[in-house]
Amino acid sequence: MGTREQRLAAIRKSFPDEALVAEVPGGDLQTFRVDRKVLVDLARHLKDDPDLDFKLLLDVCGVDYPERAERFESVYHLSSLTHGHRIRLKVPMPADAPVVPSVYPVWRSADWFEREAFDLMGILFSGHPNLKRILCHPAFQGHALRKDYDPGQRWLLREGEQDEPVWARAVQEDEDHFETQVLNLGPSHPASHGTLRTVVRLDGEVITQAETEIGYLHRCFEKMAESHTWNQVIPYTDRLNYCSSMMNGVGYALAVEKLLGVEAPPRAQSIRIILSELSRVMDHIVDIGANLNDIGAMTPFLYMYEAREELYTVLEACCGSRLTMSYVRVGGVSHDVPADFGEGVRFILKRVPQLVADMERLITENRIFRQRTEGVGKLSSEDAIDWGWTGPCLRACGVPFDVRKSYPYMGYDQLDFKVPIAHGGDTFARYLVRVEEIKQSLRIVEQALEAMPPGPIIISDHNVALPAKEKVYTEMESLIWHFKLVMEGMKVPAGEVYGFTEAANGELGYYIVSDGSGKPYRIKVRPPCFAIFQAYPHMLKGHMIPDAVAILGSLNVIAGELDR
Amino acid sequence: MSAYIPILLFILVAVSFPIITILIAKLVQAGRHDPVKAEPYECGIKPTSEAHDTRFSVRYYLIAVLFVVFDVETVFLYPWAVMFRKLALFGFIEMFVFLAILVVGYVYAWRRGALSWV
Amino acid sequence: MWAELAVTTAKVVVVALAMVTTVPIMVWVERRGAAFIQDRLGPNRVGPLGLFQPVIDVVKLIFKEDVTPAAANKGLYYLAPLISLGVAMVTFIVIPFGAGHDVSLFGVPLRGLIVAPDLNVGVLYLLAIGSLSVYGIVLAGWSSNNKYSLLGGLRSSAQLISYELAMTLAVLGVLMATGSLHLSDVVARQSGAVWHWNAVTQVIGFAVFLVAAFAETNRLPFDLAEAETELVAGYHVEYSSMKFACFFMAEYLNMATASALTVTLFFGGGTLPGVTLTGWLGLFVSTAVFVAKMCFFLWLFVWVRWSLPRFRYDQLMQLGWKGLLPLATLNLVWVGIAMTMGWLR
Repeated sequence: MGTREQRLAAIRKSFPDEALVAEVPGGDLQTFRVDRKVLVDLARHLKDDPDLDFKLLLDVCGVDYPERAERFESVYHLSSLTHGHRIRLKVPMPADAPVVPSVYPVWRSADWFEREAFDLMGILFSGHPNLKRILCHPAFQGHALRKDYDPGQRWLLREGEQDEPVWARAVQEDEDHFETQVLNLGPSHPASHGTLRTVVRLDGEVITQAETEIGYLHRCFEKMAESHTWNQVIPYTDRLNYCSSMMNGVGYALAVEKLLGVEAPPRAQSIRIILSELSRVMDHIVDIGANLNDIGAMTPFLYMYEAREELYTVLEACCGSRLTMSYVRVGGVSHDVPADFGEGVRFILKRVPQLVADMERLITENRIFRQRTEGVGKLSSEDAIDWGWTGPCLRACGVPFDVRKSYPYMGYDQLDFKVPIAHGGDTFARYLVRVEEIKQSLRIVEQALEAMPPGPIIISDHNVALPAKEKVYTEMESLIWHFKLVMEGMKVPAGEVYGFTEAANGELGYYIVSDGSGKPYRIKVRPPCFAIFQAYPHMLKGHMIPDAVAILGSLNVIAGELDR
Repeated sequence: MSAYIPILLFILVAVSFPIITILIAKLVQAGRHDPVKAEPYECGIKPTSEAHDTRFSVRYYLIAVLFVVFDVETVFLYPWAVMFRKLALFGFIEMFVFLAILVVGYVYAWRRGALSWV
Repeated sequence: MWAELAVTTAKVVVVALAMVTTVPIMVWVERRGAAFIQDRLGPNRVGPLGLFQPVIDVVKLIFKEDVTPAAANKGLYYLAPLISLGVAMVTFIVIPFGAGHDVSLFGVPLRGLIVAPDLNVGVLYLLAIGSLSVYGIVLAGWSSNNKYSLLGGLRSSAQLISYELAMTLAVLGVLMATGSLHLSDVVARQSGAVWHWNAVTQVIGFAVFLVAAFAETNRLPFDLAEAETELVAGYHVEYSSMKFACFFMAEYLNMATASALTVTLFFGGGTLPGVTLTGWLGLFVSTAVFVAKMCFFLWLFVWVRWSLPRFRYDQLMQLGWKGLLPLATLNLVWVGIAMTMGWLR
């Protein structure tokens, strides 16, 4: 099923009425306007029809257009892993009744994404089993991403207002579970990476029920982005997945470049690839190290952190900061790499494999480690796709989906690397996949470094990139160009785009709507670990507290990206 | 009785040492008491139920009962072990009959799943 | 009478001082050893090689505010650290640190560097007192009125009693070979040659004992009672200042006891195969040998802690009940047969 026409025909088989399902011409993805009456039926058809086979719901978000008759729009991004195609659905709804049927019965991954759209945009998803706020506090009022919400206002939160799962209150009276107790794991817990809260009900040490609460690190990045110019958003993207900040910036820049219709020069692409892959190595290293530390092995954790320090040194040499790099610009990168960049990277290529090998010798064949991880947090590939998993966690379930291979960008198709998969779907499989990905990423870095071309590091486009400093001082035209870019920001043509890259945790998507002004109209991030973490409470049932910790570590949940 | 005098002496030392250190610490430390500090720690969330109210899982008791059974067994074995040389073959056989009976109980407990946690 | 008391007091002072100095040294060894294993520096600022770091730690702990939870059961809450540390200290009495049966002090025969030389139930005393340590942990866990503490306390009570079984059964083999409960006799039997050591003649028993010793001291891979990434700090979550330090010291003293016991029961105590010395020289040499052997096991504790991941609770119980217990019984059978057949002396 390659072409748009074929997909349209497959939909028209069951939905012939143009008024209910209409194709929107143009755009980066094939887009359908769907009447909310038929949304669930269409969703089921899209999922079950073998010619369409959209098993993976990537993202659900709301967009607010106050001037339109149908003010709100619920936007769905779907992907088919078997056919490799993607579509977007848009469901408009009026301001006085922002209600849309929930697609949770079709794709479980809609669970948290719909809650988020409800929380931030006020769209009501009828039929959703647990439609309550997810990122904001339950006592919060209003919906922050609506255009008429004033971000300057303050909310005072009184002490004592805290959210409990309904079942947590009932435990004491519950006759069937009179031996159970309710325990909070987090937010302030040594094994909750970032600030996460999991409420569990324990029978002895076995978890019989669990619920998570997120949002402790919520800062409404998406609202902030709407009041900044396009390049000013980049430092904010660094704070999404702060373990591999480079890749967030690259994903964002690629999405904006797609909308602008420009492409960064080859040298910039090559720098982006090298630093992205080093960031991926870093992210996997942190994840493996922290996971092992949670299981009780502290020494490999410190081996991994030594590797991370070496990696940070190289990144720091490029842009001056270690954690939040702010190195990418739309159209390229901010500076060229230093002269000794090659040496630094070659040292990494030598040193990191040694440390990884040390770690592997201590851990991979260790019987305690194997007992602690094999069969723990097991998820089938069908469930993983249903929950919207991507990235290493999905590949550990045996699904060879990697955006770098399936939808190559920045020249990844020129590079020779493999996509490792494992078939366990458990914590051990996720560990194995990450270890192998570290090795593959280092291979990519090696090749990209060999092939790194000379040339400019940012495009020379009056609308996009600042001119060189010496030109600003000497040329009138450059001075005007500089002035306009700094004062007004770049003008991105009106339109929308879904840019997606393979970040360390999986598919990182930016759904960007531009109205042609100097600022983004709407940016929606699809953070990979948001989809992954929503399966976590369901995976816990029947496991013990130590397993909960091991599973959480192996999912690599980064609160900065989860809560945005 | 004189064999136990050193023990008494040592118990005196062992009891007074922690008490003295804790008292010294009490004398020199700063104490800014605050009701929030005295709340039980549960990851920053106010606990909905008290730890004292929870009933433990029955499996902990099972372990305790099994322990008592087998510990009594080892207590019986101690005098036998010390006198093993003197009892010679008779003691050897007799005790292994005792052990065999226990092994039957052990196998029973194992087969009934008393030794597995989950 | 008074001279005897003076000798006993001297021994008590020596052993108590040794204990008090063992803890800070072990803390330093642990931290520097961890740093050495983990390819980093470790504490190196306070004093030469950071040797005074544990002293500074104690000073810090003394000045820390002592917070008592409002909902705690105060009496038991205060009692628990005393039990933990007290029990850890009194187990040292029956351990024969050195020989010296032929020297006398103030005209009183010394009868070895052992505080209670006349106590003829040494092993039994040790196991009995040692098993009291579970009270400290359970009471701490329960009286804090904190769910993590409670879980830690429950875990460790189940763990300690399970591994105690395997441990006592492993010791039983040694007693069969010795025919006495006195630890000096245990050592005496192993003198002469390396193959007289119980570690050689009862390999299974030794392995079971060592594993159980790790479990009994709550050290990785068996540190489930505190498991900082699961139960935050387990039974001592709510303890601060010197009350916390009591638990901390108790852990290190238990390690020292376990090492000393391993050396005594399985590694010939203070004896050096092929070397027979008498008088004061014999006392000093045997003490030095004992300490050296003990240091090896103390280092083993550190080494293992920084190499292995942690067990899960059910796996731990499985290992104790289904692994070590049958193995210890097997050892018993082996010793019985070997002695009846005359293979062991």
